[in-house]
Amino acid sequence: MKKLLSAVLATALIVSMLSGCAGASADTAATQSNASDTSAVSSDSSDQASTGAATFKIGGIGPITGGAAVYGLAVMNAAQIAIDEINAAGGINGYQVEYNFQDDELDNEKSVNAYNTLKDWGMQILMGTVTSGCCVAVASETAKDNMFQITPSGSAVDCIANPNVFQVCFTDPNQGIAAADYIADNGVASKVAVIYDSSDVYSSGIYAKFAEEATAKGLEIVSAEAFTADNKTDFSVQLQKAQENGAELVFLPIYYTEASLILSQADKMGYATKFFGCDGLDGILGVENFDASLAEGVMLLTPFAADATDDATKAFVAEYNKRFGENPNQFAADAYDAVYTIKAILEAGNVDPSMSVSDICEKCKSGMTSVSIDGLTGLGMTWSADGAVNKAPKAMEIKGGEYKLIQ
Amino acid sequence: MKKIKMSKHLKDNLTTFSIVTVAFIIVEILKATGHISSLMKGLLVPVCIYIICAIALNLCVGILGELSLGHAGFMCIGAFSGAFFSKCTQDVITFAPLRFTLAIIIGALFAALFGFLIGIPVLRLKGDYLAIVTLAFGEIIKNVINVLYVGKDTDGFRLSLKDTVSLHLSGEGKIIINGAQGITGTPNDSSFEVGFVLILITLIIVLNLINSRDGRAIMSIRDNTIAAESIGINITGYKLMAFTISAGLAGIAGVLYAHNLNSLMAQPKNFGYNMSITILLFVVLGGIGNIRGSVIAAVVLTLLPELLRGLADYRMLIYAIVLIVLMIFNWSPKILELRKKYSIKGLIGAKKAGEVK
Amino acid sequence: MSFISYLINGISLGSVYAIIALGYTMVYGIAKMLNFAHGDIIMVGSYVIFCLMSGTGMSPLVSVILSIVCCTALGITVEAIAYRPLRGAASPLAVLITAIGVSYFLQNTALLIFGANTKQFTSVIKMEPIQLFSGQVTVTGETLVTIVCCLIIMIVLLTFINKTKAGQAMLAVSEDQGAAKLMGINVNGTISLTFAIGSGLAAIAGMLLCSSYPSLTPYTGSMPGIKAFVAAVFGGIGSIPGAFVGGIILGIIEIMSKAYISSQLSDAIVFMVLIIVLLVKPTGLMGKKIQEKV
Repeated sequence: MKKLLSAVLATALIVSMLSGCAGASADTAATQSNASDTSAVSSDSSDQASTGAATFKIGGIGPITGGAAVYGLAVMNAAQIAIDEINAAGGINGYQVEYNFQDDELDNEKSVNAYNTLKDWGMQILMGTVTSGCCVAVASETAKDNMFQITPSGSAVDCIANPNVFQVCFTDPNQGIAAADYIADNGVASKVAVIYDSSDVYSSGIYAKFAEEATAKGLEIVSAEAFTADNKTDFSVQLQKAQENGAELVFLPIYYTEASLILSQADKMGYATKFFGCDGLDGILGVENFDASLAEGVMLLTPFAADATDDATKAFVAEYNKRFGENPNQFAADAYDAVYTIKAILEAGNVDPSMSVSDICEKCKSGMTSVSIDGLTGLGMTWSADGAVNKAPKAMEIKGGEYKLIQ
Repeated sequence: MKKIKMSKHLKDNLTTFSIVTVAFIIVEILKATGHISSLMKGLLVPVCIYIICAIALNLCVGILGELSLGHAGFMCIGAFSGAFFSKCTQDVITFAPLRFTLAIIIGALFAALFGFLIGIPVLRLKGDYLAIVTLAFGEIIKNVINVLYVGKDTDGFRLSLKDTVSLHLSGEGKIIINGAQGITGTPNDSSFEVGFVLILITLIIVLNLINSRDGRAIMSIRDNTIAAESIGINITGYKLMAFTISAGLAGIAGVLYAHNLNSLMAQPKNFGYNMSITILLFVVLGGIGNIRGSVIAAVVLTLLPELLRGLADYRMLIYAIVLIVLMIFNWSPKILELRKKYSIKGLIGAKKAGEVK
Repeated sequence: MSFISYLINGISLGSVYAIIALGYTMVYGIAKMLNFAHGDIIMVGSYVIFCLMSGTGMSPLVSVILSIVCCTALGITVEAIAYRPLRGAASPLAVLITAIGVSYFLQNTALLIFGANTKQFTSVIKMEPIQLFSGQVTVTGETLVTIVCCLIIMIVLLTFINKTKAGQAMLAVSEDQGAAKLMGINVNGTISLTFAIGSGLAAIAGMLLCSSYPSLTPYTGSMPGIKAFVAAVFGGIGSIPGAFVGGIILGIIEIMSKAYISSQLSDAIVFMVLIIVLLVKPTGLMGKKIQEKV
């Protein structure tokens, strides 16, 4: 019996070893062919691009599988639209752009793997990563390689600790401060409850600053209740605490998936109050089959609204709808702006693709601080050398199933 | 007879060591000659981390025979205690190798301490109940670390389980563990070479344990607890010993993890039960109780999803299918029979095996 | 008054865990395997209902029945392809890992078909909430229906297992597969039937889960699945009344710890209670004591 077992184990071992060897020998080939594979998948424009001699290679990283896939997919798709538009209009400085987006599954380690994959592909500029945690991990790698990085939605302050990284979205502390200021200055409420995700960098980051600023501004935080990634279906306790403590407003520095649950649960328990959110709430009306009457009166500070009436937004939303069958959210808009920002600074610096990654980075860095972009998420966006963006958040209110600008 | 048996163990162990060493040398040569892609270079340390984890868990699952779904929790403890130490002493101990060695020792000790404390009550349970309790401990560790805020100012360390505001840091204060945002700015001390040395140390510890008197006692508990007890083996003691060592080794892997990336956070993905299951996957696929198998499976399964990147959206789907197929291929009794019948080794050895039986 | 309100919320959450746990415990009791993919079958069932109701405008009842049919078929297929070949494998861990593979497979297939965006599930249950104590405490229709469903399913399952021939065959298989085979019981057929019933229950659980918590993503089933697994262990895995009791108690503990101790640490507290219960009663609240054979 023992002999039989060991024979079985031995064969199993040999098989797994063989597959191991095959894997190891195939890997270099795989990574080399990777470039052609993925670009074929990710864009049809690369066909025409590859006929030209030199191209700009822009990479993207974000979660396109796993629980956060919705954000990664939005960025991937929107950047694709922007790049296709740029290529159709003749590219950047006359060079076509290639685009490659890699999955990081919302895991810091996978994110660095994705970055290395892109480096093998020959990436010159990184448009990513989508989430804060991964962004911090990748940013230390781009700093080592001196590669220019612009993150559409990595909002933690640590993301832009290095001089080569810039943000398109607001930093978390800024959002917390802006939200507290808005509530206090406009007299929206004086007793505030907060429901936030303590296991999430974005949410806990906003909450920390909001709490500080709110106290300074004389707002009273009557209840601050958390939930975690493992515990985000039932919000009855958090809502009830807010209700019992007489909160006039519930601040939700969270993403819209959970917020939609909070709204429907508040409705079921008959708790009518004001809800106030940040840019993560944007997209709530885009939830398929969502009962928009639940969100009536919800206020949010966000740089983007899918039903804004300016031409740029309308064109982008129409194109996104045509290609992906849904309304873009704020992540998509940030990514779209990020790509156009890259275009603007490359043109301003008169960069061509033959330059080294490090040289491009230096050109871009100096370009970033002098550029001013009119994008979907703000007019006249400028950047300071520390990497943070200057743009005004718009206060929106949901009325009649649409985002309406307050003021 | 006895002598031959000993040398068989020795031979077996030497094969394992030589496989690891040869692989290391090949990779080093490839690295030196520049024949290795950035992706592979970036994957070297993670591969080492998962190899150590797989060996550690195999000690618990394969040798001790107790299913643990909480090893990611021990990794988490190792990672955070190691990173905490490095972050605090970054300015004091500027000699990186010394600091890193101390961090590894501290991480391993902390993880082992928790393994010991958790092991005392938990190892009384059996089978799936033990599995769920270890899973529960892993989740508790992750949950607590996610709300742990530690700051340092002139008065020393301050700790809070609520938020940064309640730390009441004075002006010069610095936050070290920032709740869900974890520890950022840990020095990147991990390298493939360090990982290789740690793998060797792990292998030496585990393989020596298996072939020692203690190891045989541990395996006898696995094979028949009652019989082992009846011949006077201290069941609780040996169980605890194996579990503690296993936790400590997972802690080493955690320290390596913490010093590989710039930001350390306890997310469901890296320190949740999903990670424990991934490590278990290495162990089961490599062969339960087979240390060399764990090493190989850890390498293959860490590289596999990365090599599938070309498949874009279908990547994780293919990974899932490969996983199911591999499991059936390696474990299904019917397929094993078929494989035995038609494998070259089976054809030659069929007569002999039949005779022995 | 707020205590009663919390209690009702706890029971409401617990009843959802309980109904998922029933499916878990059923499969574990008979096939002796942890079906980690159970939560994902729930997700598939919910998507089927969602597509039928909002896509083709079918009536809720018809969609639920179709969803049960789909899930049953899925359960039988998964069992036949992925689990049956591993029956009698050298280690029970092999099938556990395969179940995890199936779970990944279902999640990623759903991701490719339905996309990652959240879908708002329209509640299948059209029942006005009941107001108690002049409106201070609200009991939603979903809660009542879930609890009633749980009780009905529990009674039906118990009757089925104890009174019918197929049920007796299941008991025999769970006691000793080899002996059951010798008695002329079709072991494979019986286990298939178990998976069929378990997966059918998953469809109902999906309907109730998403009616109470109406956001649907490819990962909807995984966390409630784990929680329900914990509930099943809590009550004594393999015991059908245990799953019900375990689910309800788990829900109450979760809500109470959020309400009175800390909303950040509620997960840790729930797991802590589980550990303490298991240390005192190593086979769960209602689990059978396993006699050790010498």
